[in-house]
Amino acid sequence: MKPILLRGARVLDPANGRDEVADLLLEGGLVKGIGRALGTPDGATVLEGKGLVAAPGFVDLHAHLREPGREDVETIATGARAAAAGGFSAVCAMPNTDPVTDNQAAVGFIVRQAGLAGFARVYPIGAVSVGQKGEQLAEFGELVAAGAVAVSDDGRPVATAHLMRTALEYARTFDIPVIDHCEDVTLSHGGAMHEGVTSTRLGLKGIPRSSEDVIVARDIALAALTGGHVHFAHVSTAGAVALIREAKTRGLRVTAEVTPHHFTLTDAACEGYDTNAKMNPPLREAGDLAALRGALADGTIDCIATDHAPHHYDAKEAEFDNAPFGVVGLETALGLALTELVEPGTLTLAQLVDRMAARPAAIAHLPGGALRPGGPADVVVFDPGQEWTVDPSRFFSKSRNTPFAGRRLRGAVRWTIVGGKVVHTAGDRPDAPDRSGR
Amino acid sequence: MSGALGKDLLGLEHLSGDQIRLILDTAEPFKEVSERAIKKVPALRGKTIVNLFFEASTRTRISFEFAEKRLSADTVNVAASGSSVVKGETLVDTARNLEAMRIDMVVMRHGSSGAAKFLADRIVSSVINAGDGKHEHPTQGLLDLLTIRDHRPIAGTKVCIVGDVLHSRVARSNIWGLLKLGAEVAVCGPASLLPLGIEALGVQVFRRVEEAIAWADVINVLRLQLERMQTGYIPSVREYYRVFGVTMERLERAPRDLLIMHPGPMNRGVEIDSRVADGPHSVILNQVTNGVAVRMAVLYLLAGGKPELAEAAKGASDR
Repeated sequence: MKPILLRGARVLDPANGRDEVADLLLEGGLVKGIGRALGTPDGATVLEGKGLVAAPGFVDLHAHLREPGREDVETIATGARAAAAGGFSAVCAMPNTDPVTDNQAAVGFIVRQAGLAGFARVYPIGAVSVGQKGEQLAEFGELVAAGAVAVSDDGRPVATAHLMRTALEYARTFDIPVIDHCEDVTLSHGGAMHEGVTSTRLGLKGIPRSSEDVIVARDIALAALTGGHVHFAHVSTAGAVALIREAKTRGLRVTAEVTPHHFTLTDAACEGYDTNAKMNPPLREAGDLAALRGALADGTIDCIATDHAPHHYDAKEAEFDNAPFGVVGLETALGLALTELVEPGTLTLAQLVDRMAARPAAIAHLPGGALRPGGPADVVVFDPGQEWTVDPSRFFSKSRNTPFAGRRLRGAVRWTIVGGKVVHTAGDRPDAPDRSGR
Repeated sequence: MSGALGKDLLGLEHLSGDQIRLILDTAEPFKEVSERAIKKVPALRGKTIVNLFFEASTRTRISFEFAEKRLSADTVNVAASGSSVVKGETLVDTARNLEAMRIDMVVMRHGSSGAAKFLADRIVSSVINAGDGKHEHPTQGLLDLLTIRDHRPIAGTKVCIVGDVLHSRVARSNIWGLLKLGAEVAVCGPASLLPLGIEALGVQVFRRVEEAIAWADVINVLRLQLERMQTGYIPSVREYYRVFGVTMERLERAPRDLLIMHPGPMNRGVEIDSRVADGPHSVILNQVTNGVAVRMAVLYLLAGGKPELAEAAKGASDR
């Protein structure tokens, strides 16, 4: 592997308080040096970084890569490639696969597939309960030994307060977060979108905010009881934000993420029964959106995660009730974050890098998230000013289910480097064959 | 094929007051056709219409079929139980196959809100929504408006919709239609059966049926689906009748004569007292009669018929 010299980019590494125009030398899979006028080693690839931002590669704590089970809509390889295209050098794979990732062999399979693919790093998340059935705890020790970095029953909540309590207690031995999808299914049952005036007009069954808030409150009480680390997946309500903010002031070990779609869109996107605006938790209202943005700015919400959820074209081409929840997100996250958060001044560029790299890496205790000599050479280089239009036909993901098709965004990835190797260059096109996603 | 209403009739929310008045005015001359010995006019001769019913329906399906036949259209009825839907065909494939047979219109009832729009967006034929989930049932709304208008001007009339508004497409179409024609609208029912934020649509909310009856000129009583008890929305039919039933005792205390409507099918002794349903204030069967005329008007207008020619469209045999 040839050394890489990135010359003259704005190196932005909030974990080390660095924000300066400098050269970045990557060698042997590691960061070799950061500074001015670094010499060019023999045979090094020189990348011209003038006008660009170089940051630690982004880390996504929440993606559904669908393998094993639904290789027709995504594989670990295509998901990891899409992640690279979005500037992510690491992505955590949720365990609601088929079969469920609830044992060491299943975790090992994901690690192997990711290694073969060689794009973004893929870290498996193991299930909290066997089969995600909400009954018996999965073998956290073996999951972690095989490579899992967290546990979650995502797709559904940790079913009972007792199970959540036990999971939080048991996870402490392995120092992993328990990631919860907070939804009281007795309140949300049959719901297709946010419960409000729009759902009333459209005649769709609503999912009330309280369905999320009551489980967030439950989990906070259990974090206090156990001292365990709860990570709240895809926070969507102003109420959950208030609860998490209060829990943090009490010093509890709670962390939280928000998705780009939840800080960008409201339930108005469901008008016309657009199934690409159907996700769980649902898109909420303007007041929630403002609370989520404020929480990202003040650190109540720690990080941005995509909840990348590929679905087949046929599945979304259906009545709203019958369409599955979820949208793809890996390839639009940076553009949305820069356009919706940095441009209006909600976050500084350095805060954005913190929320997309340093914080998520810290939550799951992952390498990366920072640029320091001797650390992994996982780097994203992006042009914060470049405008582009979202064109799902150019996604590397196998799936196209995005509510952002045709949207103008500012901020585009130039290179993604993982372990010192360029895994994505702007202008790369998805190869034509074997694209069954639509 | 698009005239004053556009290609489709999906709901009343997006129609203007003038468009709604046009349908009602066009329905007037068609009322008479159903009173003739030979109930047929040639207005839709040569048009092909598919009645696609994914949910059970007696009244609406038959009403549409009579409307179509009295306009001389060729019609085919498809019920979900006897169709390829049972074999797992998707709605979009069903639609494309119908389209491939070169039809002119589809009348569809479907259990999913938005299904009519879904179909309309994907085929060039006109789509008439005969009820989509909990969203809209526009021809029911229109026939209710026509029935009220037969008795009093709609503008300024106070109409209260009583019952399970949460799950009711009839309620939504009535609310939009009534508001656009200048009526005052209220809803009344247990809060567990009223949708969140319903006030934002421009309606009042009454918690007690006695207050609704004291306020209203017209009461439109919704059917209570008996399954609402199993799903925990209300404790029992008995209590529902005691607290929310539209009974003769309650009507006798009303300060004025009320018009009583019900979209059917009725649960006698659940949401409505039989003496009320069969009593002098009930216009429930007028609603059914008007249903055919309103549907004839909608079919005629969507097929490109000129509203001012509706009278002439009744044919040379007219009196």
